[in-house]
Amino acid sequence: MQTNFTAEQLADPHVATSEKILRKCVHCGFCTATCPTYVTLGNELDSPRGRIYLIKDMLENGRPADAEVVTHIDRCLSCLACTTTCPSGVDYMHLVDHARMHIEETYRRPFWNRLTRNILAATLPYPSRFRLALKAAALGRPFAGFFKRFKAFEPIGAMLDLAPKTLPKASASSKPGTYDAAGERRGRVAILSGCAQPVLKPGINEATIRLLTRLGVEVVAPAGEVCCGSLVHHMGREAQALEAARRNVDVWLAEVEKGGLDAIIITASGCGTTIKDYGFMLRLDPVYAGKAARVSALAKDVTEYLATLDLPQQEAKGLTVAYHSACSMQHGQKITMAPKTLLKKAGFTVRDPAEGHLCCGSAGTYNILQPEISAKLKARKVKNIEATKPDLIATGNIGCITQIATGTAVPILHTVELLDWAYGGEKPVAISNLATKMPA
Amino acid sequence: MDQIAFLEPRPAVLSRRREIVADLLDLLPEGCLVHEPRELVPFETDAFVSYRRLPLAVALPETTQQVAAVLKYCHRYGVPVVPRGAGTSLAGGAIPQEDAVVIGLSKMAQILEVDFANRTATVQAGVTNLAISDAVSADGYFYAPDPSSQLACTIGGNIGMNSGGAHCLKYGVTTNNLLGVKLVLIDGTIVDLGGKALDAGGLDLLGVVCGGEGQLGIVTEATVRLVARPEGARPVLFGFDSSEEAGACVADVIGAGIIPVAIEFMDKPAIEICEAFAQAGYPMDVEALLIVEVEGSEAEMDAMLASIIEIAGRHGVKVVKECQSATEAALIWKGRKSAFGATGRIADYICMDGTVPLSQLPHVLRGTAEIVAKHGLRVANVFHAGDGNMHPLILFNANDPDDAARAEAAGNEILKLCVDAGGCLTGEHGVGIEKRDLMRHQYSEADLAQQMAVRAAFDPQWLLNPSKVFPLEGRPAA
Repeated sequence: MQTNFTAEQLADPHVATSEKILRKCVHCGFCTATCPTYVTLGNELDSPRGRIYLIKDMLENGRPADAEVVTHIDRCLSCLACTTTCPSGVDYMHLVDHARMHIEETYRRPFWNRLTRNILAATLPYPSRFRLALKAAALGRPFAGFFKRFKAFEPIGAMLDLAPKTLPKASASSKPGTYDAAGERRGRVAILSGCAQPVLKPGINEATIRLLTRLGVEVVAPAGEVCCGSLVHHMGREAQALEAARRNVDVWLAEVEKGGLDAIIITASGCGTTIKDYGFMLRLDPVYAGKAARVSALAKDVTEYLATLDLPQQEAKGLTVAYHSACSMQHGQKITMAPKTLLKKAGFTVRDPAEGHLCCGSAGTYNILQPEISAKLKARKVKNIEATKPDLIATGNIGCITQIATGTAVPILHTVELLDWAYGGEKPVAISNLATKMPA
Repeated sequence: MDQIAFLEPRPAVLSRRREIVADLLDLLPEGCLVHEPRELVPFETDAFVSYRRLPLAVALPETTQQVAAVLKYCHRYGVPVVPRGAGTSLAGGAIPQEDAVVIGLSKMAQILEVDFANRTATVQAGVTNLAISDAVSADGYFYAPDPSSQLACTIGGNIGMNSGGAHCLKYGVTTNNLLGVKLVLIDGTIVDLGGKALDAGGLDLLGVVCGGEGQLGIVTEATVRLVARPEGARPVLFGFDSSEEAGACVADVIGAGIIPVAIEFMDKPAIEICEAFAQAGYPMDVEALLIVEVEGSEAEMDAMLASIIEIAGRHGVKVVKECQSATEAALIWKGRKSAFGATGRIADYICMDGTVPLSQLPHVLRGTAEIVAKHGLRVANVFHAGDGNMHPLILFNANDPDDAARAEAAGNEILKLCVDAGGCLTGEHGVGIEKRDLMRHQYSEADLAQQMAVRAAFDPQWLLNPSKVFPLEGRPAA
């Protein structure tokens, strides 16, 4: 597509990157078809092609962001279904990241919107604050309906709806330490402890550590690690995101120095997408660019790593699993086969729900900030999942787990919890009532 | 690019912009009218992105009644209207103009009825082409015409352009698979043409409307024919040392009375582009490739393939590669159908759509290469060879005005070459804005006058998609 930037504009490295991205777009419109917000709202402004055009117009004219552009960019889930679909290889992710930075720098949001975003950014990335907030939310749950009656307070209602009734106890697995390999050591990895996940579902990392150590892999939970930064990154708060990235880069590379690392294991694909992008995010930082690229190359989703361990085929369990591929897994990291192959090897019957490319509406803080669209996407996702008549649902991202669980009675687990069970661990509590149906 | 003129915006409309927007806001539900100037920018073009015009407003109605209300209003006040499906037109069919209200059908995307007893589906115009097949595939059916943009393009747009696709060689184009439409006329009258039967009696107005490029009315619903999926289907790749040999092979296959489901052609640049995107396993050491798909029982497929391989042998075929799995077949088609978009990886492009008699394929391929070389540009050829529908993609740099002008000039020469070879300007993309000024090269004044008279009978004021299809000079007065 033709672009119109001055040499002066292109001197800004962010603009220069975006210009290259825009040049690849041929405006064919394929992306509209797989965009969750376009299929929900039917307005090109809420499609990737529409957003690309809005961003192009804003950047070319060197304009501050305005309320209209912000509305349509805010509605983007960053699910990246468009990048899977795009035949010409438009790097939408980095374009929309730039747009979000530009919005954050040039646009003053209405008071309630600003407050909600500030609260999210100050709470979610910090496990202790998040735990406290969830306890308070449990008390506030009965008022969710009240808040949802007012447009400005809808996000508060959505937050209260999402807060679990009870919280699991704080887990030891999120504390720094080393977990020794059982038997002969065949590898050494670091595990990302995460921020929201250990508060909501500490069982996921516990299962990962059990499974990996049982398979002969030493697992380190390094001290000093922070939230991966993805949450604030998606809000356009780049300084805060880069600060988190630098801190983690230091922590992990120190661990590499200590004993070598085969991988940095990530059990939330949303975080994985961001950590794999550290190399790009820090490309303009002369001190960190190279280090960040090394970290990105080491980052692996847990299923990506497990796929290299050549696990044996297990006996059929007689259980049907609907596999929900998180957007950050299939579109962000392009991991499509590994989780399903692992589940099949582990003895599960795996079903692909229809419209698997569409987001469930979780998308980080999207279900709080855009509750209406999110609810529609959740209903559509749950309908497609339930149509496969599954005994349980497996997925690889905490956001999707929380989102889908509020829409269905079918138990939903992290893929690694099922793999831990299949390879010598205890049956997950969430499915303890589910009888395994051994084939006759 | 600025060779192609648009109609001068009507001052009487421009000066009433504010009132028109206010009135349309009253006619439509909340969130169904785009009118903020900055929000109009993304609607200024379609996939023929070289040309751009801002619309006055964009209406996104949710019902046929709302389409009728907007049309009635525009008719009353003399406001031009440009219909838009998914905006995937390669001929600029959905490019608006400053005094026009765009009516976008993207919110009307429901499948209304699937009737297996009559093998029909009735859908709203904003349903995508592929969504129809997806909705009936579990029951063993599909909707046959398959434009390469079928993932995104809408059935309404397909009807407007009488779209084709790879599999139309056997099953026919849109008009051969369309049974009925709900059409809103420019004055807001809602009419039903056709029905569920193959012929509806009376004048074949459905045949007139299909391919009407949004100038005869706006289709809001369509009833289409469903086809049972064949027992089996197998794409086979045939690699040749030259484009001319591949072209001659196609002519001989069809000439021998063999009609596979699809015969698609790709030259070396196109193969490289598509392989980079789809990793389909196309042979890379050939100059031209044919994707031939056969279908039916194993025995039928084997028999037809044997005949085709025999003919290909006479043309020095270098590689014959049979597809081994459903996954491989899907990748072969994914690569082919993404060819245009994937070209964006290496350059900007404009895509031609001339159609020629098969015997002329080698001649036109050679001529195309000469024309493009003369203008100092590159070309990638990827097209529906079985029905002679050529798609040279002329590669250029959109940020270089001189390059763009040469690309446009080369395109015009190629289309004239197609017409002179006994073919026509457009096989499936429509005339749109792109080929409008070449219409006199194909048609005599008498031919054009008849076509324009029919068009004017539907819309005497020329309000519907007015800058398209017919040359701006010599139009009958309203």
